[in-house]
Amino acid sequence: MKQTSIIDIISPVMVGPSSSHTAGAIRLGLLARNIYHERPEKVTFKLYNSFARTGKGHGTDKGLLAGVLGLNVDDTRIKDIFQSDIAKSIKYEFQYLDDFNRHPNAVDFVFEGGRNMTVSGNSVGAGEIEITKIDEFSVNLTGKYNTLVLFYKDVPHMISRVTNSIHVNIASFHCDRYAKGQEASMCICLDGEISRKVIDFLYMLEDVYMIRYIEKLES
Amino acid sequence: MEKNISTFKELREACEKTSKLIWEVIQAQEAEFAEVPPEEIRRLVKRSLDAMKESIQSGLKSKEMSISGMCGDDCDRLQKRFNSQSSLFGKTFEKITTYALAVIEENLRMGKIAACPTAGSCAIVPSVLIGVSEDLNVGEDEQINALITAGAIGRIVSNKVALAGAVAGCQAECGVASAMSAGALTQLRGGNVDEILNAVALALKNLLGLTCDPVCGLVEIPCVKRNPFLAVHAVTASELALAGIKSKIPLDEVVDALEQTGNLMSPMLKESSQAGLATTKTALELKERLFK
Repeated sequence: MKQTSIIDIISPVMVGPSSSHTAGAIRLGLLARNIYHERPEKVTFKLYNSFARTGKGHGTDKGLLAGVLGLNVDDTRIKDIFQSDIAKSIKYEFQYLDDFNRHPNAVDFVFEGGRNMTVSGNSVGAGEIEITKIDEFSVNLTGKYNTLVLFYKDVPHMISRVTNSIHVNIASFHCDRYAKGQEASMCICLDGEISRKVIDFLYMLEDVYMIRYIEKLES
Repeated sequence: MEKNISTFKELREACEKTSKLIWEVIQAQEAEFAEVPPEEIRRLVKRSLDAMKESIQSGLKSKEMSISGMCGDDCDRLQKRFNSQSSLFGKTFEKITTYALAVIEENLRMGKIAACPTAGSCAIVPSVLIGVSEDLNVGEDEQINALITAGAIGRIVSNKVALAGAVAGCQAECGVASAMSAGALTQLRGGNVDEILNAVALALKNLLGLTCDPVCGLVEIPCVKRNPFLAVHAVTASELALAGIKSKIPLDEVVDALEQTGNLMSPMLKESSQAGLATTKTALELKERLFK
């Protein structure tokens, strides 16, 4: 059984009105921001299903934008984010869609800028979230663990080369690939922290295209 | 390392074995699992408690409406009434009901609250815990003990049932919040472990079957007014339990019933706004006006 803490029950301290539609939206934005890692020129938010239908009344749109801009779940500026100076630094657009093959509270972040990237995720209830896709690769990020995401060429020994250089316990490990010998992804949730040095070392590995070290979100 | 306590029976046994109260047992266990000193657990609990107090104060002062414009000025109404006319049940009742409206209205206008256990039920625990503490001059340490007790109750219920209206209806949100408050209040008033668990069982038992049918899909109607109602509900449960009145059905079995009722509840009544209050004639008119 997964461990819940009493702290999870009596918090988070957050701006209302909904754990799933507001706090979850902000947390999704924060994680997407950490994954994209650069300053985007433009972000298009695609909201699906319940996010699309009741999102405005719950401030879901404000929460998603606030998260991408780095504001935390208890930041009282979120209410007026559209009027704030922080929001003027990027271009953004919201699209409201129905797709019943997607989760009831699903969102795509379409980042444009130095690099284009689409990050998809769901708000799964009580402020808990999951990032399920980065571009075409399925991943599994919840913001509860420091997570290492690598895009690389699918060749033998990649996994052992990566895991041999990480000296903390691995909580979960997830791989996906486009096709044999082509681009692949690794998503590694860690129990501890890894240093800048390790990340730099991993970047030096042959056949690694992109690395993101995504620190866990504050609870 | 000790096994995690996952039922109320195990909690009661752990308390008996060590002659400790619920908060003492749980505080020690949380600290052990998180590998931090107990003071760190208390610091995190205090953070939530402080946010609750802040939300009461901001909520009492504001009349700002929600984004939808449907709710936001009822706390003001109730304060005006109690300023000119005492309630039938006295000062503590006035505090609990106004605090509950203050916090839940602060939530819907995107103010800062502690989601205890969820945002839509966030006013029940603070209004009871802080309202009563003020009236009985209870210090911060004991408020923290009571809030740990509330957290322990919510955590054990959540082992069986996700505290989400979409999963098990409002019985699992406001219902559990009311049960947590009943336990916290009984702790605050010096009740023993048995009395605390009976208060929880009595509160929860009487809210089984409560659906989640929010008008326009928003955390407003009926959520706002349900918070003060279920805060008072918690007081009734605590008073009965402190008198030695017991729930004939043990608490773990009440939680089983909660889970089963949640599973049998139609998805149309679980936060999907497809039935109940959400599809009444007036609700549909409100929806049309809001989404036109």
